Amino acid sequence: MAETHSLQDIRQQATVAAKVFIQRDYTSGTMCQFQTKFPTELETRIDKQQFEETVRTLNNLYAEAEKLGGHSYLEGCLACLTAYTIFLCMETHYEKVLKKIAKYIQEQNDKIYAPRGLLLTDPIERGLRVIEITIFEDRSTGSGR
Amino acid sequence: MHLGVSESMREREYSQISTRSSTPMESPHQKRVLRKKWQAFPGQNKFYCDGRIMMARQTGVFYLTLVLILVTSGLFFAFDCPFLASALSPAIPAVGGVLFVFVMGTLLRTSFSDPGVLPRATPDEAADLERQIDVANGSSSGGFRPPPRTKEVLINGQTVKLKYCFTCKIFRPPRASHCSLCDNCVERFDHHCPWVGNCVGRRNYRFFYMFILSLSFLTIFIFAFVITHVILRSQSSGFLTALKDSPASVLEVVVCFFSVWSIVGLSGFHTYLISSNQTTNEDIKGSWSSKRGKDNYNPYSYGNIFTNCCAALCSPLPPSLIDRRGFIQPDTPQPAPPTNGITMYGATQSQSHMAAATPLLQSEPVMMSDEPSLPGRTSLGAACASLPLGQPTPPTSTPSLSCDADLLPLQGNHVEGQHHFLTPEEAPSPPGMLHCGSPMGQGHPHGHAPGHGVPFYSPASQDSLHEDSVRGLVKLSSV
Repeated sequence: MAETHSLQDIRQQATVAAKVFIQRDYTSGTMCQFQTKFPTELETRIDKQQFEETVRTLNNLYAEAEKLGGHSYLEGCLACLTAYTIFLCMETHYEKVLKKIAKYIQEQNDKIYAPRGLLLTDPIERGLRVIEITIFEDRSTGSGR
Repeated sequence: MHLGVSESMREREYSQISTRSSTPMESPHQKRVLRKKWQAFPGQNKFYCDGRIMMARQTGVFYLTLVLILVTSGLFFAFDCPFLASALSPAIPAVGGVLFVFVMGTLLRTSFSDPGVLPRATPDEAADLERQIDVANGSSSGGFRPPPRTKEVLINGQTVKLKYCFTCKIFRPPRASHCSLCDNCVERFDHHCPWVGNCVGRRNYRFFYMFILSLSFLTIFIFAFVITHVILRSQSSGFLTALKDSPASVLEVVVCFFSVWSIVGLSGFHTYLISSNQTTNEDIKGSWSSKRGKDNYNPYSYGNIFTNCCAALCSPLPPSLIDRRGFIQPDTPQPAPPTNGITMYGATQSQSHMAAATPLLQSEPVMMSDEPSLPGRTSLGAACASLPLGQPTPPTSTPSLSCDADLLPLQGNHVEGQHHFLTPEEAPSPPGMLHCGSPMGQGHPHGHAPGHGVPFYSPASQDSLHEDSVRGLVKLSSV
């Protein structure tokens, strides 16, 4: 919690130097996947491996959310039989995975990205179009402008 | 800068400045009640129940659908069921009841849910995309046409073109299309259905299919049992007396008879679409038809019918991407409205006001006063007018790019081109639009009823008109 607090301080006090957008990768169809290409703006800030690992994990999580399998068929049939009223009390599989993703991004921000002056925005807040990475100005507190 | 000032003073001053600069609009807006996001939604949708219900702007036909179903079913339960329950079996009203509940449930679910609307790009995203497009095109200045904004992707070995949506400022994902009636990009866009008063897309396609399937069963059920009722009655008291005793039956038979052909035909058509994993939009345009090329195939199909059906009906239901009931944060930049091509950081809510939702339509009179009738020219004029008026590009340059005949889709559905820039009030009402005779004339094999002419709106083709017509203009944003 203390780390989140400092994250908000960074947001308030630091100015945004740039924003990088990781676009969607449509080569496997309409499934939600993001491009793992390392953007040049982040070269000075973060390790390429680290970044790719983050994006790959996100891609795997989204693939899990949209996976067609026994579990999703069962949920679909059950929902149909109950005239979809079952979703009033139960979360869909997709929503459960989205929560997992939100937690993962929060964790990545706290551990890896915030200390480097970067901030990942959850793609769901951008309509699953992009992963927005905000690059904050590299400046230590206390120095005047 | 701050000579002779102690470090702590400097820090305090600095932090004061930073607070002010980061939230410039805070003081005038502090007293304002936080609005919900649906109130500032840029599309042409209507919201009810505090954002829980989302429908298209024109809902007249939806009420007609509701009335037809309720009245016919009501008459059936009131007049035919008592006789049938006693003469044949009480299971008949029971089954009828279950079917009726299922039909209503799926209809309401289709009409009220978000079809899979893609939220518009934030100003930063739009600016970033613009930069990338300019870099890709090699920034050319007005005089010669820059290439249209498309991106090619290889999906399962098939080349698919992704188009840039000028309204939403995004590259549309594959299978997404922009609905001109709702003014939104919708994922896996099937068609805009006025009968349910909403678009049919990724999130409500299964409900739509369940609706038409159960409605087919209900219609056939009612038709069959009303006929049975009349026959049974006429066996004891003669045909005319039977009709006099239950006059409602005549109405029910008439309604059901005419509905059966269209609804059952539509169900059959959509069953075919589901089994081949196509959307109505793709089928009409023949995107994956072998007539386009020998190697043309549907990259989204899973290969077998069973998997395709399961994928369409039982796949995980994605959540709504537009947060309708969330509160608008005062310092969040809202997506820049299309009229204001300048993407501003921290655009205020007033700019994203819904007045910007129909920029193309409202600014029409500005440019095309002398060419109202030609579809191509209309779209050009309106498209030009949508751009910021500060643009130095001369309006006269655009008509020279006009009406490339290949702008209009080859399948002769130029009917859509005509109403591309009609206001939403005008678009559904002319009866000619709903019938859409010409595309039908292509011998569509699935018995598509004339009444359900809506699939032929094909908004994607209209957008190609639009984007080609804007080719003469260099940049949307001056950033």
